[in-house]
Amino acid sequence: MEQLNGWFTDLLSNNAIFTANTLGFYWDGLVTTVQLVFLSLLIGVILAVPLAIGRGSKRRWIKLPIYAYTYVFRGTPLLIQLYLVYYGVVFFDGIQDSIFWVVFKEAFFPALIAFTLNTAAYTTEIFHGAIKNTAKGEIEAARAYGMSRKLMMRRIILPSAFRRALPAYGNEVIFMLHASAVASVVTIMDLTGAAYYVYARFYAPFDAFIFVALIYLCLTFSIMFLFRRLEKRLLAHLRPRGA
Amino acid sequence: MKKLLTTSLLGAALIAGVAQAQDTEQLRIGVDVPYEPMEYRTPEGELTGFDIELGNALCAQIKAECEWVVQAWDGIIPGLLARKYDAIMSSMTINDERRQTVLFSDPYIKPPSAWFAAADSGIDTVYPESLKGKTIGVQRGTLQDNYVTDMYGDDADISRYSTADDLVLDMDAGRVDIAFLDFPVGKSTLLDSKEGNYVTVGDMISEPEKYFGEGFGIAFRPRDKELANRFDDALATLKQNGTYDEIYDKYFKVK
Repeated sequence: MEQLNGWFTDLLSNNAIFTANTLGFYWDGLVTTVQLVFLSLLIGVILAVPLAIGRGSKRRWIKLPIYAYTYVFRGTPLLIQLYLVYYGVVFFDGIQDSIFWVVFKEAFFPALIAFTLNTAAYTTEIFHGAIKNTAKGEIEAARAYGMSRKLMMRRIILPSAFRRALPAYGNEVIFMLHASAVASVVTIMDLTGAAYYVYARFYAPFDAFIFVALIYLCLTFSIMFLFRRLEKRLLAHLRPRGA
Repeated sequence: MKKLLTTSLLGAALIAGVAQAQDTEQLRIGVDVPYEPMEYRTPEGELTGFDIELGNALCAQIKAECEWVVQAWDGIIPGLLARKYDAIMSSMTINDERRQTVLFSDPYIKPPSAWFAAADSGIDTVYPESLKGKTIGVQRGTLQDNYVTDMYGDDADISRYSTADDLVLDMDAGRVDIAFLDFPVGKSTLLDSKEGNYVTVGDMISEPEKYFGEGFGIAFRPRDKELANRFDDALATLKQNGTYDEIYDKYFKVK
């Protein structure tokens, strides 16, 4: 440990790039990225549950608008969506004087809105697919018990669908983390923004980006680990017996 | 017989060439266009710009006849070494890396940076205290970015943009209170294209050297020390007699 400590201080004092100052930039970037991704995923899930149920509705006036929404947001790049939300709102006359400007003046909220709408669209489709694939037997059993459609959705279909959606949703979380790198184009100092800054300041693209890549890898690894644990617990009943 | 003829013709041409060179010295200067407002073409196709006008004035001062040779940036130093021209005057920043291959004159300009704000912003000074809590816009990774980060980082918010166009959009939108840009860039994107909406605040800035570099120099072949010295002397004279200021004001003075 002592040796490791010495090695680490040595490393820090012997390089011009990773000083306390730039590490501070990376740290702020990490906080911003985690905040942005976590909040957009959270709001995205809350939006996606009713949307996924509505997406499977038999009524066309419910089903079609939701389908159009997921189609548009899954069919266009996140970068374009971010540009439209961030720079697009400015073209509404008088927005600077309205109360909305509080939200749109800073870059954080437009980015949060774009990210949330994007991940909600993907999550809706993931949940919708899982709901649609609920085993017929489970539904028939619920009917045989005389459950109403609402009760059946709440007690049988959704709990089972969410569990089965878990692996796909874990991927979506990781994609979202990586997609959040585009936030730096609208001046947000996220992890990638910090890497750009260090790169430009020291003309050291390799060091700046390899360091940030390692941070992203650590984040991805933690997310994967978390989802593995969750899957193990929640999908235990689907594993072959004795395994 | 034929050989003799060729030789004598060549000799005659040589003598004529030398005689002409003794009349007025012929110099060729390499330049990469366009890079407004330093060097560009008028709609009629004439070369013009700060470098061109100053270069012509310098040539007149040393009594040489100068011809501009347009050369793409990638090959501009090799072209000099290959004697395609005798000097480069093309907004070339003096640095140690280039000093290894070429000889630089004294710096003839440091491209100035300037502060730009909306005409009705109410910002009239650029001290760190007066920009407290304001949002400063810069282009990411430029020398302006480094300068603002060090000088104003504790007091103001700094928004970094990858292009000047994005920054201008956010100036228009009201997300950025004041921008710090290369003066020519800010002049063309903010002052000229949206006349009256934006003004410069405070003085133009090109010091300290740590941030803003040594400036632009004229490059010569290393062995042409004597020629470089004559250009340096001529530059000093032009700065004294007001010609330099006249040309400078034409391109860098805010009307």
